Amino acid sequence: MQSFFYDRAADPAHALQLGQQPGARYLGGGTNLLDLAKGDVEHPLRVVDLTRIGLNKITENQGGGVRIGALARNSDAANHPLIRQRYPLLSQALLSGASAQLRNMATMGGNLMQRTRCPYFTDAAFDMCNKRMPGSGCGARQGYNRSHAILGASDACIAVNPSDMNVALAALDAVIVVSSQHGERSIPIGQFHRLPGASPHIDTNLQAGEMITAIDLPASPFARHAHYLKVRDRASYAFALVSVGAALDLDQGVVRGARIALGGVAHKPWRLPAAEALLVGHPLSDDRSRQAATLLTAGAVAFKDNHFKIALVQRAIVRALRQAGEAA
Amino acid sequence: MSSDSLTRRGFLQAGAAAAAITHLPPAIAADTFKPQARPVPAAPPQPVALTINGKMHTLQLEPRVTLLDALREYAGMTGSKKGCDRGQCGACTVLVNGRRINSCLTLAVAHEGDAITTIEGVARGEQLAPMQAAFIEHDAFQCGYCTPGQICSAIACVDELRAGTASAVSPDVRVVPQLTDDEIRERMSGNLCRCGAYPNIVIAIRKVAAQPA
Repeated sequence: MQSFFYDRAADPAHALQLGQQPGARYLGGGTNLLDLAKGDVEHPLRVVDLTRIGLNKITENQGGGVRIGALARNSDAANHPLIRQRYPLLSQALLSGASAQLRNMATMGGNLMQRTRCPYFTDAAFDMCNKRMPGSGCGARQGYNRSHAILGASDACIAVNPSDMNVALAALDAVIVVSSQHGERSIPIGQFHRLPGASPHIDTNLQAGEMITAIDLPASPFARHAHYLKVRDRASYAFALVSVGAALDLDQGVVRGARIALGGVAHKPWRLPAAEALLVGHPLSDDRSRQAATLLTAGAVAFKDNHFKIALVQRAIVRALRQAGEAA
Repeated sequence: MSSDSLTRRGFLQAGAAAAAITHLPPAIAADTFKPQARPVPAAPPQPVALTINGKMHTLQLEPRVTLLDALREYAGMTGSKKGCDRGQCGACTVLVNGRRINSCLTLAVAHEGDAITTIEGVARGEQLAPMQAAFIEHDAFQCGYCTPGQICSAIACVDELRAGTASAVSPDVRVVPQLTDDEIRERMSGNLCRCGAYPNIVIAIRKVAAQPA
C-alpha cells in the first residue's frame, strides 16, 4: 500500500474542508478503500478519517420515517430496534453481507460507495478495466464473466454493484442526504448509483466536494412482509450471484403495494415499478410473481459464463415474494 | 495470459506477476495501455498512542500502517495473526472497544483513544478466559494459526448473542433469536480454519454462550 497522509476530521464542517485537499479520500470503516489501496487499485494521497465526526445516530423522522447517520456502522444499523422492527428487509440485507467483523467496521455511507468486486477491477494484474483505467478496455466482456451483469451493462463495463444494503435501500425508496460547502441536497437511491455507460469509472452521481451525511427511509408499510433472498456460492460470507429484496403490503392476502429490487445483476440495484404494479390488486400468487419477474428482467443479456443468472434471478424473485408473503 | 482460459491458478499467477513487475516502468507492465505515472506522497512516521490490553504504547508509525502491523511489527505482540491481510480470513481479529474487527483493514492511527484487546489480553493474569478454556477443553483447534482470531471473534460473538442481536439465519429479525449451532456458524463465518476445526469451535462457543454471563 503506497504512502498517504492522514487527517482526522473533528466534525462534518471540518471534514468537508479537509476533503477539498488534492487527492483526498474520505475514510469510514476502511474495509473497501484500504483493501483496494493494498491491491494497487485505489491510490489516495490523503485520507480524511470521518469516524470521529458524529453522524452515526439512528433517529425517527417526523411522519414515521427513520434517519440513519452516514457513519453508523452496518452492524449497528442492522440491529437498531427501529430498523429491525420497521425495516426488517434492511436488517436482513445488511446481515447477509460480509462478516460480523466487517459489518462492525463498515459504515452506511461507505457501503453506498462500495466498489465492484469484478476481478478485472480488483486485480491490478489485468491490463484492461475501464473502471480502473479509463480507456483501457473491459477485460470481463471477453473474459470470465460468471459474476457479471445481465441488465444495464454497456460496451465499456459489465460489472455489478456488490452491495446487499443498496438492494434493500432501493426497495425501501431510501433518500441519500449529502452535504457540500454549498449546502445540502437529497438524492433518491435510484439516482444515486449510475449505469456504466461510457464512463464506468464514475460509480455514483455524488459530486466532487460532496459528503454523504445520512440515509433517510420513508415511513414503510413493508414491516410485516419483507424478505431478502441472497443466492451465493457458499452459505455465508460471499457476494451475491443474484439477490432479491422483496417487500409486500398485504390486505387479507391481496397485494396493496409491492417492491422488488435486484442485486448482482446490474451496475446498480435494479427496479422496475411497472413489474411491481403487476402484483397490485391481486392475491399474491406464483403465477403473478412469474409475470412480474419476466417483465422485471425483460431485455436481460447474458455473457459467456452468466447465462444461468437470468433463470436464477427470475426464480429467486418468485421465491422471495412467496417468502415475503408468508412472513408475519 | 488468455482471458478465455482464466482459472484460479491463472489469477494467482497473474497476482504473482503483478508483484514481480511493480517496480518496472508502466510501459513494460502493460504494452497496450499506458497508465499515467502517479504521485506518491511520503508521509513521515508520527507518534501514535495506542491503548493495547490496558497499557499505553506510543509508536512511531506512518499513517498507512494497519492496526495489525502496528501490533505485530511495532508493539511486538504477535498473537494476532496475518493470514490474508485483506479482510477475508479473520486471523487478525481483535476487539476494539469490545467489538470484533479485522485489524488488517484499519489504520492504527485511527484507533488512538480506543481500547484495543488482543489475544494477549483476554486472560485475567494466569486465569484463562472462559473461551480460551473452552477451546482447550473441546479441542477446538489443530495448527492454531487461526485460533487467536477465532477466540477474539468468539468472545464478541457470545456478547452479541447475549445482547440479542440478529443474524442472517435468524428466522425473524424482529425477535431475539434462539441460540443454535446455525446461529453460531453464521456469526463465526468471518473466521476461516484451514484445519477444519469448525465442529469443535461451534461446541466450545455453544458451551460458553450457554453459561451465565
